[in-house]
Amino acid sequence: MSEAIKKFMYVNRKAPYGTVYALESLEVVLIGAAFDQDVSMAFMDDGVFQLTKGQDTGDTGVKNFSPTYKALGDYDVNKLYVEKESLEERGLSLDDLMPLTYEDEDDDWNEKPSIKLVSRSELTDLMEEQDVLMNF
Amino acid sequence: MAIEVAGNTIDTDEEGYLTNRDDWNEEIATAMAKEDDCDLSDNHWEVINFLREYYEEYQIAPAVRVLTKAIGKKLGKDKGNSKYLYELFPYGPAKQACKYAGLPKPTGCV
Repeated sequence: MSEAIKKFMYVNRKAPYGTVYALESLEVVLIGAAFDQDVSMAFMDDGVFQLTKGQDTGDTGVKNFSPTYKALGDYDVNKLYVEKESLEERGLSLDDLMPLTYEDEDDDWNEKPSIKLVSRSELTDLMEEQDVLMNF
Repeated sequence: MAIEVAGNTIDTDEEGYLTNRDDWNEEIATAMAKEDDCDLSDNHWEVINFLREYYEEYQIAPAVRVLTKAIGKKLGKDKGNSKYLYELFPYGPAKQACKYAGLPKPTGCV
């Protein structure tokens, strides 16, 4: 059996609360992180809201799992591609997103940003490179 | 299931994890450990308190690999390794320590 590392991309297209997709995706990513694959996440359409700052679920009775995105760096998930056009169409910019970071093992554990803004066509190219795409 | 502590009955799930995280206090942790024949030392508390802080910040109980790395960073290399953590928590550091800390079972590899 080959032990080749595969490229997995989890594509997130839905707002964080209201449906179970975002939380399910996040849990699969965290569980799958144990398998030492090349993992990235993409956020497009309403999925960009998953990373917005200041989510408050207090009145909805739903657990606020937004802080859990900050743990992704600890799990070595540090390629979070956010589609520029989706942000702009919703009147959002990078400043509206949580400042997610990871510590780069290969660079003296320096803290670096995990979020990478990409254009729609760049994201298309990234998707082309993947072995596995999972849509949520 | 439930656990009796100082005359109070506290609900737990079928594996002994607290149903309601807000019920937690140190007596409960001590009582849970006692059921496993484990006396909690300062070293145990260090890990338990670390997990509670981690959960507070990230709303998640970390997988064992993440816990080990984070403990190493916070408490030093001699503590951030599986041997040390498994000696403290022979049933699995993430699993057992999370239980005493009143947290849910960790997501992913325990």
